[in-house]
Amino acid sequence: MSRTRIYVPRDASALAVGAQEVAQAIAAEAARRNLQVDIVRNGTRGLLWLEPLVEVVTPAGRVGYGPVAADQVKSLFEAGFLEGQPHALRIGPLEEHPYFRNQERLTFARVGITDPRSLRDYLEHEGYRGLKAALALPPEKIVAQVTDSGLRGRGGAAFPTGIKWKTVLATQADQKYVVCNADEGDSGTYSDRMIMEGDPFVLIEGMTIAGIATGATRGFIYLRWEYPDAKVALEAAIEAARQAGYLGANILGSGKSFTLELRIGGGAYICGEETSLLESLESKRGQVRFKPPLPAVQGLFGKPTVINNVISFASVPIILDRGAEFYQHYGMGRSRGTLPIQLTGNIKHGGLIERAFGVTLRQLLYDYGGGSLSGRPIRAVQVGGPLGAYMPESQFDTPLDYEAFAAIGAMVGHGGIVVFDDTVDMAAQARYAMEFCAVESCGKCTPCRIGSTRGMEVIDRLVAGQNAPQQEALLRDLCNTMLAGSLCALGGLTPYPVVSALNHFPEDFAKPRTAQAV
Amino acid sequence: MGKKSSLRVIPVKVEPVSTLTAGERASVLEVCARLKGLDAPLMPILHGIQDSLGYVPRDAVAVIAGELNLSRAEVHGVVSFYHYFRQERPGRHVFHLCRAEACQSVGAVALEAHAKKSLGIGFHQTTADGAVSLEPVYCLGNCALGPSLMIDDRLQGRVTPQRFDELVARAKAGT
Repeated sequence: MSRTRIYVPRDASALAVGAQEVAQAIAAEAARRNLQVDIVRNGTRGLLWLEPLVEVVTPAGRVGYGPVAADQVKSLFEAGFLEGQPHALRIGPLEEHPYFRNQERLTFARVGITDPRSLRDYLEHEGYRGLKAALALPPEKIVAQVTDSGLRGRGGAAFPTGIKWKTVLATQADQKYVVCNADEGDSGTYSDRMIMEGDPFVLIEGMTIAGIATGATRGFIYLRWEYPDAKVALEAAIEAARQAGYLGANILGSGKSFTLELRIGGGAYICGEETSLLESLESKRGQVRFKPPLPAVQGLFGKPTVINNVISFASVPIILDRGAEFYQHYGMGRSRGTLPIQLTGNIKHGGLIERAFGVTLRQLLYDYGGGSLSGRPIRAVQVGGPLGAYMPESQFDTPLDYEAFAAIGAMVGHGGIVVFDDTVDMAAQARYAMEFCAVESCGKCTPCRIGSTRGMEVIDRLVAGQNAPQQEALLRDLCNTMLAGSLCALGGLTPYPVVSALNHFPEDFAKPRTAQAV
Repeated sequence: MGKKSSLRVIPVKVEPVSTLTAGERASVLEVCARLKGLDAPLMPILHGIQDSLGYVPRDAVAVIAGELNLSRAEVHGVVSFYHYFRQERPGRHVFHLCRAEACQSVGAVALEAHAKKSLGIGFHQTTADGAVSLEPVYCLGNCALGPSLMIDDRLQGRVTPQRFDELVARAKAGT
C-alpha cells in the first residue's frame, strides 16, 4: 500500500494554535483506519491565519486544508482529504493561493516547503549551492558579490552588508568572528524565527560563507530565550551540518574551517543592538559600547567581527548561487532585493510576505491583509518595531523603501507592520513607547535612562490637560534631546512613535478620558 | 598582555550562612563544572542553573563567582541586568504574558488586566498555591496570532480571557 505524505507545521505560531494536537490526531486517526501516512513537520508557509495548515501530497500536488482543529481531523479523513477531496477547510494548492503566489520568495524559498530537520531535503532544494560557489572564489570576490547585490542589513539599520564584510576582511587579526544577531525583539516581527525554525540550514550556510569571505573561523548565533523552538531547530541543524562536513575543520575538503556555537540571550531588548549583543555574548551586562571602534575592527572579544541579522545572512546563499545581478534586479532606488514583510496585529490575514522593495503599505494592508481583524477601519500602523513611527491612513501609499520611509520620519526597520483599528488610543501608545524604553534601557546614557521616565510623566500631564501647550512643548523638547543625545537607537528612536503619534493623532492627547485610560 | 603572568587567583570566601540546600549547591557546581570551559561561560551557566533549578538563587552568586574567579558584584550585575533570570523561586508554571504592540492591538491590555485579577497577583508574583508565576514579556514572535502567552516553554496564540482561565485551570491541575 502506498504511503501518503502529510505536512503539519512545527513553526511556533502554528504550534501556538494547536498544530501539535492536529499532528497527533492525524496520526491516531490514520492508525485507527489502518492507513499508512508519513507526517512531515515543516515550517510555516507564512499564511498564518490559516494555521494549523495541513498539506497532503496527492498526485496533483500538495493540497492545503486549514485552519484545522484537532476535532476536525476525523471529518477530513471522512471527506477523503488524503486524496485532496473537497472539505469546508480545503484551501487547495498553496502555490495557487494569491497570498502565496504574489510573492517573490528568495530568502524564504524553502520555508514551509521542506523538512527543516532534513539536510537531504535542503540539498534537494538548491541548498548549499551558494557555499559551493563561494568556495570556488577568492575572499575578495565573495565580498564583491555581496556588495554588488546591494544587500543592506535587514535587522533594521540597513547598513550595506558588503561594506561590513570588506572591513573585516581587510583587518588583520589572529582570530575573527562571525556573529548572528537572532535577538529579534521588535514587536510585529517573526521573520528571523520563521527562518530559524523553517529553514535553519540557510542561516548556517550564510554564516559559513561570511566566515570564508572574511577569514573568520568561528561563529556564534545569539538567540533570544523567547524562541525555544528555534533553539531546538538550530541545534539539530548545526549538528547535522557538522556531521556532513558542512561545518568544522576542512569544509567540503576546501581546507577552510568554520565552527558554530549557539548562545541564548537573557530577555533584554537592548541586546538586539549590536555592541550590546557583543557584550552579552561576552557574558557581561548588555550595555551599549561607544563606537568607534566598529565591531568590524574590534568586535567580539576585541577581535574583528562580522555581525549581521538572521535575514541578512540567510539572503547571502542565493546571492552567491544566482549572482549579485540576479538579486540586485529586485527592488527600487537604493533598496535592492526583497524584504520579508511581517503583517501583524489587528489584521485579518496576518503572515509573512516576501516582496521586492517598492510595494506600498496600502497593497499590503488591503490586498494581502484583507483589512483589520476586527472589521473596523484601520487607523494607524506602526512599521519597524517599537521604535518605528505610527503612520496614518494618509501615508499608506508610501512604498516600502528605506529612503522613502526616512523622508517622512518613519523607518522600514526589520519589516514588521503592526495594525491598529480605530479603537486605538494613540496617547496610550505614545506613553507605552516611553514606558518600553524605560524598562529596556541599558542605563548607560542619560537621555534614554532618565528621558524615558520623564517622558511618561510629561505625557501623563499632557493628557490630563495640565497646562497642555507647555507640556507638549516640553515633550517635543525632550524627544529632541533623546533623538540627538542618546548613545544608540533605543533612546534615539523612541521619539519616533511618540512624535508621530503627537503629529498625526493630536486629538487623542486632548480628549477627555476616563481615569482607567492612562 | 604582559600582565597576564602576574594575575593571581584570589580565593573567594563563600558566605557561611548560605541558604542553598545541598542539592541546589550540587546542581550549581555541576553546571559550572560542565560549562566553565566555554569562552565567556557566565551566561550559559546562568541559563544552565535556571534550567535545572527554575531560578538563580541569591546564594548561588557567590558559588558561581568562586568557580569562575569573578567578583560577586560582577556575577550579580549580570544576573540582575537580564529580565529572564529570576532570583526568587518560581511557581510550578511560569506564564509569560506579552505586553508588546502587536498583542495590544488585539486586546492584550484587557487580557493583562484579566490575568492579574483572575490570578489575584501582579507581574513578578506567584499565586499563593505556588502554581503560577506571572511575568511580562515584550514580544514572543507570534504577532499575527496574538494575544500571546508562553507557559513554561510552550507558546499559546489567540488567547482570550476565557482561554486564559482554561490554561490556568489546566496548569493548576498539573497537566
